[in-house]
Amino acid sequence: MTIATTLDRPLIGVPTELARGRGGGGPAPKRIVVAYGFWIFILSDMIMFSALFAAYAVLSGNTAGGPTGAELFNLRNVFIETMCLLLSSYTCGIGALSAERGEPARFLIFAVFTFVLGAAFLFIEGTEFARMVQMGAGPSRSAFLSSFFTLVGTHGVHVASGLVALVYLVAQARAYGLQPAVLRRLLCWSLFWHALDIVWVGVFTLVYLMGGH
Amino acid sequence: MLGRLTWDAIPFNEPLPLLSGAVVGLVILAILVTVTVKGWWPYLWREWLTSVDHKRIGVMYVALGLVMLLRGFSDAIMMRTQQAIAIGSAQGYLPPEHYDQVFSAHGVIMIFFVAMPLVIGLMNFAVPLQLGVRDVAFPVLNSVSLWLTATGALLVNLSLVIGNFARTSWWNYPPLSELAFSPDVGVDYYLWSVQISGIGTLLTGINFVTTILKLRAPGMTYFRMPVFCWTALATNLLIVAAFPVLTATFMMLLLDRYLGMHFFTNDAGGNQMMYVNLFWAWGHPEVYILVLPAFGIFSEVVATFSGKGLFSYRSMVWATLGICILSFMVWLHHFFTMGAGANVNAFFGIMSSIIAVPTGVKVFNWLFTMFRGRIVFRTPMLFAVGFIVTFVTGGLTGVLLAVPPVDFVVHNSAFLVAHFHHVIIGGVVFGALAGINYWFPKAFGFTLDERFGHASFWCWLIGFYLAFMPLYQLGLMGMTRRLQHIPDPSWRPLLLVAEVGAIVIFCGILCQVAQLYVSIRTREQRRDLTGDPWNGRTLEWSTSSPPPAYNFAVLPKVETIDAFWQMKRKGLAPVKPAYEAIEMPRNSPAGFITAFFATVMGFSLIWQIWWLAILNFLAAAIVVLIAGWSIEREEEISAAEVAQMEQAR
Amino acid sequence: MNNPEHVFHDRTPGVEEREPTASYLSYTVGLGLAIIATIASFIVAQTNLLWPPGIPVGLIVLALAQIGVHLVFFLHLGSGPDSTNNVLALAFGVLIVFLVISGSVWIIANLNSNLMPMPQ
Repeated sequence: MTIATTLDRPLIGVPTELARGRGGGGPAPKRIVVAYGFWIFILSDMIMFSALFAAYAVLSGNTAGGPTGAELFNLRNVFIETMCLLLSSYTCGIGALSAERGEPARFLIFAVFTFVLGAAFLFIEGTEFARMVQMGAGPSRSAFLSSFFTLVGTHGVHVASGLVALVYLVAQARAYGLQPAVLRRLLCWSLFWHALDIVWVGVFTLVYLMGGH
Repeated sequence: MLGRLTWDAIPFNEPLPLLSGAVVGLVILAILVTVTVKGWWPYLWREWLTSVDHKRIGVMYVALGLVMLLRGFSDAIMMRTQQAIAIGSAQGYLPPEHYDQVFSAHGVIMIFFVAMPLVIGLMNFAVPLQLGVRDVAFPVLNSVSLWLTATGALLVNLSLVIGNFARTSWWNYPPLSELAFSPDVGVDYYLWSVQISGIGTLLTGINFVTTILKLRAPGMTYFRMPVFCWTALATNLLIVAAFPVLTATFMMLLLDRYLGMHFFTNDAGGNQMMYVNLFWAWGHPEVYILVLPAFGIFSEVVATFSGKGLFSYRSMVWATLGICILSFMVWLHHFFTMGAGANVNAFFGIMSSIIAVPTGVKVFNWLFTMFRGRIVFRTPMLFAVGFIVTFVTGGLTGVLLAVPPVDFVVHNSAFLVAHFHHVIIGGVVFGALAGINYWFPKAFGFTLDERFGHASFWCWLIGFYLAFMPLYQLGLMGMTRRLQHIPDPSWRPLLLVAEVGAIVIFCGILCQVAQLYVSIRTREQRRDLTGDPWNGRTLEWSTSSPPPAYNFAVLPKVETIDAFWQMKRKGLAPVKPAYEAIEMPRNSPAGFITAFFATVMGFSLIWQIWWLAILNFLAAAIVVLIAGWSIEREEEISAAEVAQMEQAR
Repeated sequence: MNNPEHVFHDRTPGVEEREPTASYLSYTVGLGLAIIATIASFIVAQTNLLWPPGIPVGLIVLALAQIGVHLVFFLHLGSGPDSTNNVLALAFGVLIVFLVISGSVWIIANLNSNLMPMPQ
């Protein structure tokens, strides 16, 4: 038995040793290959965030006579932001399920919810940043503020890119329907979105809660 | 309108860069004119620039690396000459502000635009063939990676004629690299060219990890993969792990320079030591990224040219994975002298000594493979033997440096310069040259000339020892690195020997050029008609030379290690298999066009032409979105066409 | 694992192939647990419910728990043989993250302690 392509061909009932991607069965199906590649990309992104976290950890005490985290952070807003992002992860998951099950209307509704919640997160974060800059606590004030704005800001840029990509992919889903190639990309997008929420757990814990009390 | 770009950027009053820039510019112009006049553009565009074929991309990476080797080497010979001349009261010909750019460019070019492209190119070419599959996991991304790397190389070279390069060494430490002390464009050239090509490299890492773990021929379990694929896996895992750290570090320095932040500045709480720490957290895995593929190449070469299977395949695999993990636990040995306490220094010193152990395992395995083998001294095998001798001795000096008190004496002296050139040339360069000689017939259908191959090897070997052994002695005598002027005349004899060595290496490079020229001229006599010129052991030798676009008409069924050797022993099936239609990815201009916009964007950011930078960023983003809109990325080669191409083999 | 009857479906994170109700349940349970962990973190940080010197540890434990909830309930990272590649990749990533952050903190703290005192 030879397999001439890397197309989606399910391999059922095959001994594990011969299964695709694990060794003997030949190249894995496209969906697996794409999702695994994206998973590796996500891990590399986590490592980039870890360097930013490390910089924050090292520089968070260097306030250069300027304001500290405790003086600046508004924990109520952080809590609301966190809930928005967490709920958007949930709606993303439900949306992904709907797409997999070929329910385009349901998928669209939950994609919209996800977008709105993500946009709400960015809005709150943006106003927080603007408030801080206005009171003279911008990123060029001290090393602490540089590392804060960069770490949290990079996460925000990722969220914003995710929202742009979401609009793009929803447009693709409308144009092409929920076919395998589109579903693969939606799968990658939802991996990305969940990963951003994981990074945010690190951010609100280490930056806001530890620094702000 | 044009940011800080003015006519002053062109070095009209500096003969050296002006002249060399003019020469290079004329050569490029001549090439472009020739291509246009001969009408080769459609062919080049269709077959190379928009190709997503891993074999073509691999060849282009290697070509980029070899061309940049000429630039990096000319920097080297300029430095050697300056150091041979400017002794005592003589001032030499390179003023300090130029010399600093020369050694900075030499390091950046050799690491990022010679060594990386060479090893990535060889992995690109060989890994899918060795795995018995048709291409990598993400072919279009592969093309993007190649062209983003070329973007970085182009930007570095532009700095020669428009503006200047960094004067901060290839490490680019703050606070020297901060705006306060390097206000001109040099550091920005460095940062943007490496940052952009770094994205390409990261994408390569993702591509190959996925390919090796998820795309292999039927029957090829993990422990039936060729060792080169194992080292490629370890290399790409390291790329995925380390390059994001470099990206973040350079992002922080760029934010300092462009937005006035204070990560590494002297004031407002910046901590310069954090840059050093993060840079080397990338930097040490980077040297393993460079050398692991070379180890893999030598495993293939030694086994093939000894006519024996590799000794102790399993321990080779575990040693490779051990090196992969350990390489992330030693990085502080690059800054023992920065002032950490004894416990920190001791930990990293011990880890640095431990990492020599799996490398030793590999060396013994190669030696035991050669023992009682029937050794054939083709060019790749010469490089392998040269490698074993050179890399081991260079590694020994490394283990010496791993001891903190020793490092306190010789850190950043010529001793260190000798050490890392010892292992990089002995390991990476010899590995790349061996790999090029080994796989050239597969890529182009004819072998390389053996006499010039041997000549280039001997010149490289002898030249290397002449050029760098004196540096060990000089380091112990107190000579630091990066000296534009030599204060002590008693160092002159050793420096002259080093200069002779550089010239001998230059002869080696000339031999390589000659080898290429002669081989192409006599290619009909040296055609590889069987696809297997070396009596190889792994699957790439079962294809024709060069392989068809789809590599294998029917994916091979693998049953053992050294699958092709097994097939030859059992006798290849004479029955014609039933061909099926093959889907191959379409060519795509996305990589080339995105990189074009990335180049202009990088240039605009360097010169602070904000509107142009934004425009090109948007253009690149739009190209990505347009390329991403397509659903049908593949085209079919029908079974009849496949049969036809196989008949013609 | 070599059982020939075992049906092997190579899995990736995020791919969910169980019954619909089981999947919706998975997300909902995950959301509930994550909300609890988040609220708990905020309470721990802002009150004295937890012994004050232990607050940082408590926060880290809650954060790791919530990340685990995300990985299992949202990303469907399992422990079966189908997920081995994904778990190994994650483990590698976690190792590197740990080395970069803890290594940097340890090294820089050590270096900082050896710096000359700043002039007042």
